[in-house]
Amino acid sequence: MIDRIKLLFLIGGIVVCALVPPVAGAAGDDFYVTLFARIMIFAIAAVSLDLILGFGGMISFGHAAYLGLGAYAVGIFSFYGINDGFLQFFVAIVGSALVALVIGAICLRTRGIYFIMITLALTQMLYFLGISLEEYGGDDGLNTDRSEFIAGFDLYEEVNLYYLILGFLILCVFIMHRVINSRFGMVVRGCHANEDRMQAIGFPTFRYKLAAFVISGTMCGIAGALLANLTEFVTPEFMHWFRSGEIMIMVLVGGMGSLFGPAFGAAAYLLFEEWVPDLMEAVATGTGENWHFIFGPLLVILVLFAKQGLWGLIPDRSRRDG
Amino acid sequence: MADPILRVERLNKSFGGVVATHNLDFEVEPGEIHAVIGPNGAGKTTFVAQLSGMLKPDSGRIVFDGNDVTELSAPARSHAGLARSFQITSVFRNFTALQNVALSIQAHSGHSFRMWKPAATDAALNDPAREILEQVGLGARADILAANLAHGEQRQLEIAMALATSPKLLLLDEPTAGMGPEDTQRITEFLAGLKGTYSMLLIEHDMDTVFALADRITVLVYGRAIATGTPEAIRANDEVRAAYLGEEEAEIA
Amino acid sequence: MTWLLLVEQTLNGAQFGVFLFLVSAGLTLVLGIMNVVNLAHGSLFMLGAYYAATFFGLTGSFLLALVIMVPLALISGIVIEVVALRTMYDRDHMDQVLATFGLILFFNESVRLVWGPESQPMPVPDFLDGSVEILPEAPYPVFRIVVILVGLAVGAGLYFLITRTKIGMLIRAGASNRAMVGALGVNIRLLYTLVFGLGAILAGLAGMMAGPIQSVEPGMGEDMLILAFVVIVIGGIGSIRGAVIASVLIGIVEVVGRSILPFAMANFMGEDAAQTAGPAVASMLIYVLMAAVLFFKPAGLFPAQAG
Repeated sequence: MIDRIKLLFLIGGIVVCALVPPVAGAAGDDFYVTLFARIMIFAIAAVSLDLILGFGGMISFGHAAYLGLGAYAVGIFSFYGINDGFLQFFVAIVGSALVALVIGAICLRTRGIYFIMITLALTQMLYFLGISLEEYGGDDGLNTDRSEFIAGFDLYEEVNLYYLILGFLILCVFIMHRVINSRFGMVVRGCHANEDRMQAIGFPTFRYKLAAFVISGTMCGIAGALLANLTEFVTPEFMHWFRSGEIMIMVLVGGMGSLFGPAFGAAAYLLFEEWVPDLMEAVATGTGENWHFIFGPLLVILVLFAKQGLWGLIPDRSRRDG
Repeated sequence: MADPILRVERLNKSFGGVVATHNLDFEVEPGEIHAVIGPNGAGKTTFVAQLSGMLKPDSGRIVFDGNDVTELSAPARSHAGLARSFQITSVFRNFTALQNVALSIQAHSGHSFRMWKPAATDAALNDPAREILEQVGLGARADILAANLAHGEQRQLEIAMALATSPKLLLLDEPTAGMGPEDTQRITEFLAGLKGTYSMLLIEHDMDTVFALADRITVLVYGRAIATGTPEAIRANDEVRAAYLGEEEAEIA
Repeated sequence: MTWLLLVEQTLNGAQFGVFLFLVSAGLTLVLGIMNVVNLAHGSLFMLGAYYAATFFGLTGSFLLALVIMVPLALISGIVIEVVALRTMYDRDHMDQVLATFGLILFFNESVRLVWGPESQPMPVPDFLDGSVEILPEAPYPVFRIVVILVGLAVGAGLYFLITRTKIGMLIRAGASNRAMVGALGVNIRLLYTLVFGLGAILAGLAGMMAGPIQSVEPGMGEDMLILAFVVIVIGGIGSIRGAVIASVLIGIVEVVGRSILPFAMANFMGEDAAQTAGPAVASMLIYVLMAAVLFFKPAGLFPAQAG
């Protein structure tokens, strides 16, 4: 089902990610290890969002909620001195799933603009909740330890963390590939195209959309747990609606409704965020932090003229790609 | 005489002050084609929407196959055996013809929380879907994206998707909408071939199609049924001629 | 005394509700009539505050600043509509969301470039400084009372515009049935621009009055935007009446909840527990309210959309 050229890009992407630590190690510069770890984490978040956004047509403006929930699952356990990775990730997964279930059940009663506004508002509620929890650092956030899985495998070893993230990314993309092309995936995609029609041929669509919403949120929760490990710090900012917007941008840039595109979108966005300010700084000192001034209009142009995203730029011989 | 497959009793629906359906009584006998005609704005589409469960009537009852379905959702009615085709072509444009029909089959083969096996190679969906495509004459076009099918073919696919739900009653909302004379002729013949196998409620603008197919005709004007009867009776009905047929002829002239 | 606090906080809530109303009134019309998601509406609130703060600083006259702010806000709104949104009407919501998100980034950064990252000073104007006793021994700032009065006046004006004028009739028709207005042969583009400009002025006015109360800083429009969404969801898209009622409701619940709830909860649980849980619950209150409204009325309290 996947076009051969695109498969090459996918494998190439994985190989590049896998080679970053040894190459950076040889060069004695860890900076790119952290950057790529970050890219892969947001790739997981973007791929998970694409299930409901690109395939399901549900414009959720609240995906950062699950990033934050996953991160706080790690952070709060760590706050109490519990660093067992299995427990932390288990709670991150179950917690994100439950919250997604509740938020989804409320939001999916509506469609269109209402859905966008409500997902946005409910995520912002979690953000304010995070701020109001003085116990866990409130506004200032919370320093966290990294997870320990079994004796001899904790995430303080950068290599362990890095390849765990890569492993999760590959796993998530593979799961998504299976889900999208399954019977369930067909229903989700059908709801995007024409929900009335899906109901008319006999699908009770609500439950399938809700299930997709929960899968998507859960997967993003894992990304959040990984992010807390990478930054060793959790903050309500992870849940801020700007973050939700950024994840949406990654999906758009990568290509909505393309399975692997969002992963590349995450890379493109984060590299842009990394390099363009430096570039601006080099041109005119002190302008680097104003990179949004360029990015904002660029985003408008992207939306207007490059709807297909990066993934759509890769030549594609079979137009029936799923 | 057998009980009607569909019985509508005193159905009412209005939007704000506009009455779309007014005290409508209506029946479809098993195996018959009952056509509903009426000028634009007569409330035909609103009627279909209420029958298929997409709109809730303000009052009245819809009894299908012996069961009151007035409160049932659209998917539940589909499972009860009521299939609807749409006036505006609403096939899934990014799916192939085969996938479109397979999706209909899937809706009626248990739950769809099956997230691992690829649907595209699922013989349990594809085999019956292919059969139905053959039946409607799209067998050779199975692997074409629906968006790339000709308009007439999309209309055929629309009907194929309805047939794939193994319905007891077909609600056909203007199956020949937007078609040229040749395609219309083809669809008419195809529907004639289904006559007897399925009960049908046919909403149609094309009078030739209606008079070629219908066993009975109901004329809807401003949400009221002003007449019901055989095609001959309707043709001869003065009120109908005044309200509707005459108007059509006047338009043509 | 607690009762005085309650009265004062309720007034603060009503005054905050006025800001919410001014921001959401325009936005709800835009959403209802044009079916466009415009995240940049919050930026107009911010721009209004900046324009006013700047010209108040330059001229020393609050009223003159108002006179200058209104056309500037109008122009800003029209520029956004004509340059960016007009091409978006036929696009799907996803495009509108991301493009207007891009506009937010741009406006926040522009403001930072022009005025700097630090917040701008904007004092209460002299002639509105001071306070009156609304109840014995309960002084309340005149400025906040004026805000409430302005809110009432604008509300009344909008009511008149919407119910008594031809433009209002078109706006109402557009909010409940967009296709119909097109069928009436009205110049839709002009109507859109007009509604958008009106919304921009109202948002700018809110920003100006918020200046002396909150701080004038980049990104100040975002919180307002999200609260305006909550208001619109509760009130119903396209409904001015819904916006009025939901704004006051949300304003009061938000402000009163935050100040009273920790005390109120202390009656039921320990003082310490209430100090921890109170703010947390208060921060979620309006969203829970929104979810509850949605549960019973998925299209809001006053759905304007028919069919």
